[in-house]
Amino acid sequence: MELITRFLAALGRPTLGLLVHLSRMSKLGAETLKWMFVQPFKGYKLRLRSAVDQGVRIGWDSIPIVSVIAFFVGLILAMQAAYQLKPFGATIYVANLVAVAQTRSLGPIITAIVIAGRSGSAIAAELGTMKVAEEIDALRTMGLNPVGFLVVPRVLAMSLMLPALVLIADIVGIFGAYIFSVGALDITSVRFINQTANALVMKDVLTGLVKTVIFGIIIVGVGCYQGFIVDGGAEGVGRSTTNSVVISIFMIIFADVIFTAIFLFAF
Amino acid sequence: MSQQPIIEIENLETHYGTRQILKGVNLKINPGETLVILGRSGCGKSTLLRHMVGLAKPTSGTIKIKNRDITKFSEDESIEILKKLGILFQGAALFNSMTVAENVALPLREHTELEESTIKIMTRIKLELVGLSGFEDFKPAQLSGGMKKRAGLARAIAMDPEILFCDEPSAGLDPIVARGIDDLILKLKRAFRMTIVVVTHELPSVFLIADRIALLHEGQVIAYGTPQELKSNENPIVQQFLNREADDEELDRERYLSSLVSVG
Repeated sequence: MELITRFLAALGRPTLGLLVHLSRMSKLGAETLKWMFVQPFKGYKLRLRSAVDQGVRIGWDSIPIVSVIAFFVGLILAMQAAYQLKPFGATIYVANLVAVAQTRSLGPIITAIVIAGRSGSAIAAELGTMKVAEEIDALRTMGLNPVGFLVVPRVLAMSLMLPALVLIADIVGIFGAYIFSVGALDITSVRFINQTANALVMKDVLTGLVKTVIFGIIIVGVGCYQGFIVDGGAEGVGRSTTNSVVISIFMIIFADVIFTAIFLFAF
Repeated sequence: MSQQPIIEIENLETHYGTRQILKGVNLKINPGETLVILGRSGCGKSTLLRHMVGLAKPTSGTIKIKNRDITKFSEDESIEILKKLGILFQGAALFNSMTVAENVALPLREHTELEESTIKIMTRIKLELVGLSGFEDFKPAQLSGGMKKRAGLARAIAMDPEILFCDEPSAGLDPIVARGIDDLILKLKRAFRMTIVVVTHELPSVFLIADRIALLHEGQVIAYGTPQELKSNENPIVQQFLNREADDEELDRERYLSSLVSVG
């Protein structure tokens, strides 16, 4: 009997904890939507300047690291594909494989993971530190809503910048494959470009970008939420920062599974 | 004393989780008066302050500021009342990403339609008042603890509030800097006739700035009055607090020993 209660307790406690997190998260989501789409029409300012600042930090400043990683991923993908395709004398299909894989899946997912590590953690740490230093309380007592002031600009910046970064990653990744194909596989430039252009359809790029917007919202949502729930000083900030990265990456990959399934069966 | 109080708290009860923090607090603050809320760490004085500025909602009871119950306010309504309040946080709570001047200017930029040049001048006046002129372009991280508090004070009074709340204004400061902050509070009171509510446990500053003192103990106001009245209060807890006596050590030692011996 005691075993059963203990088992149920062990099952129930994390479930309840998860439910609390989910309900608070959806509250934050609803509040964000309200401050993004409703309050600006009631005379509250939409903080576009702050959104641009965030955009520079999330987007522009990430271009080098995203490009380098995308280049290497394209290169690796091309090499692995060549290894498989060579026995069939079909190395030209490296172009197809890289173009489709990069735009549909790897570009979005790898960029999202890099940005979760780079910007999602930064958001959690920054908001968490503000919470600990009573800065969030200070905002509220000045009559400034923390969601409107801090979350909305970050959401706007992230949901525009992540797709832009993914577009760059797509191009650079394909360029990585191009360098390898032209340099090591005796494929001419023109053939590679033609092959890529034929292989890629608009749908590949677009489905990639659509899910990227969702990835961006996951990153910024988890980051802000983890920042707001910080409790207990520097240690709490550290814990929330780590959590933000781990949870974001898990949710991104999980979302990708669902999206891939939907795109595979529905379109 | 037929004056209408500017803040009136009635039967305020609050909980933190399942633990009750405030157990029916009643308090009246008259306009232009400086009230010091005294109490030991953990007695609920910071909680009381958080409720007075609307950062937390009580379980029951009312808090009336200028005769309007702020516990029932919607967000839009509370913004109107918040503009009339200034708050100095314990750690100053300056926005670290902004300069000192931007910190002070923020409430003006957000809540007024003033010209940028007017805001600059007003910011400079406030910083001058707290003795920080010349530090406009410094980041909070470059300031010492006392200067941060001064900058926090400048931001708190940026909108010329009617009521100023200070959470442990001299905590963590050396006695000379702490005295400087006390003097500043006195200056604000005399120059602007501000109502000031200070939460602290620093006895020297209490008797310097207080018109009235409320002593909070285990979630209740156990003593209220002028500094003189408090000194002559015979409640042992009040006397223990004012005379800075430690808890009865004999008792603690016994409890400590028995806690060591008992198993589990």
